[in-house]
Amino acid sequence: MFDDFFIRALIAGLGIALVTGPLGCFVVWRRLSYFGDTLAHSALLGVTLAYSFELNIALSVFIISSLIALILIQLQKKTNLPGDALLGLLAHSSLAVGLVVIGFLTFIRFDIMGLLFGDILAVTTDDLLIIWTGGAVILLVLKLIWKPLFASTVNYELAEAEGLNPDRAKAIFTILMAAVIAISIKMVGLLLITGMLIIPAAMARNISDSPQKMVLFSIIGGLLSVLLGLFSSLEFNTSSGPSIIMASLILFILSLLNIKQSIKLKN
Amino acid sequence: MSSENNTLVKLNNAGFKQNDKWLVEGVSLTVEKGKIVTLIGPNGSGKSTTAKIALGIYKNIEGSVEKYTNKVGYVPQKISIDWTLPLRVYDFMLLTENIKEEAIDEALTLTGVIHLKNKNLGNLSGGEFQRVLIARAISKKPELLVLDEPVQGVDYTGEIALYELIKRISETLNCGILLISHDLHTVMTATDHVVCLNGHVCCSGSPMDVAKNNEYKTLFGEQASQILSVYEHKHDHVHSDKGEIKKN
Repeated sequence: MFDDFFIRALIAGLGIALVTGPLGCFVVWRRLSYFGDTLAHSALLGVTLAYSFELNIALSVFIISSLIALILIQLQKKTNLPGDALLGLLAHSSLAVGLVVIGFLTFIRFDIMGLLFGDILAVTTDDLLIIWTGGAVILLVLKLIWKPLFASTVNYELAEAEGLNPDRAKAIFTILMAAVIAISIKMVGLLLITGMLIIPAAMARNISDSPQKMVLFSIIGGLLSVLLGLFSSLEFNTSSGPSIIMASLILFILSLLNIKQSIKLKN
Repeated sequence: MSSENNTLVKLNNAGFKQNDKWLVEGVSLTVEKGKIVTLIGPNGSGKSTTAKIALGIYKNIEGSVEKYTNKVGYVPQKISIDWTLPLRVYDFMLLTENIKEEAIDEALTLTGVIHLKNKNLGNLSGGEFQRVLIARAISKKPELLVLDEPVQGVDYTGEIALYELIKRISETLNCGILLISHDLHTVMTATDHVVCLNGHVCCSGSPMDVAKNNEYKTLFGEQASQILSVYEHKHDHVHSDKGEIKKN
């Protein structure tokens, strides 16, 4: 019924949505959307390095994004600059370095649009393996650090006082962010990954009254966005990333209607 | 039982400096099982800082802290919770430890907020939230309770009931309590040991010793001497009839 590449894109997209759902909730709760952007921008450098040294793209992006996250933590400790300035500095300079390196790699033809906005044609069987095993590891680790991470998201001092080691959980979460960007870069594109993290979670916030429900709805929202987005991408020949993000935006708008209705019901 | 085994947390000449300014220095105190230690002092005297040193929240401290328990319940003075989180009272009760439903219900009942169990945390009043905070801290059945102004924003009758509850908990759970309170009356009647802070330890000892101390009197002025008379009145009773006063 469908071409192989489309089936692969569907399996890849659904796997990504399962991971971005819960991680996205933490990005919203901990106000990390700009942090996600910074890691995603630095991913371009990872991609170019992957081409230069013939590495796996996901692995290379994961290494570079983790490195940028580490540099950020060091800069936060050693300078008095505000966090958003440091994020901007790292995001744009790593993007710039990535673009300059691309300029030097004249012997490779780059599909820049595909890198920025995702390309469903690019998903290979190897990518599926990376997405699903990588995704399973990310979810498992997230489950293990859930308690300290969530407690310190609510209140850092309570978590620290009651012996949960929130600093370690935060560091591990940073690595998980780099990992989720690494596995979803081909599909969603580096400019739109943060949208994939935030929009389904934001939609879920509108219709949830407990953290567990928000995670669940965020996953469901992500899965629906991937389905809707990929089918419309196929139908209208649009880039996969923007199509998925637009689908999630539509779901977000619908969740706003839900809020209005429940307010009316209360009155 | 030797006193060593009963020690839950011990501060040795501890202090904390932030931006080259000492928030508090030279604090030595010990919290033991079944004992209530209270910190008093004016605003900015380092009470909350001392509590955070004892809890291990501040890492780069002067002196040392010896902590002999990991079962800790903490009621912070200020808590800013981000309302981007959908969080019910029930979810909050499970924040740092998975405790049984019955234990949650029991704690919420004790602090009088069981009817709020499924309410969103963001919709509570200040006093209600404070009761939830106390319930959360005691539901874990901790060995060490650190309560930083635990009854702020609670109505007067509720305040008395909650202090009675705190005292009862220290007895039934045999846990040590580090209490910060501005209510001198409570301090002087329900405490085993008082530490009076003013950037350093001004004086410390039994409530009676502290109440008689001159530095304490200058620090708290008129209010302090009133409390002293109340306390001395009770002190008379202790001599005549010990049992009855204990019930108080």
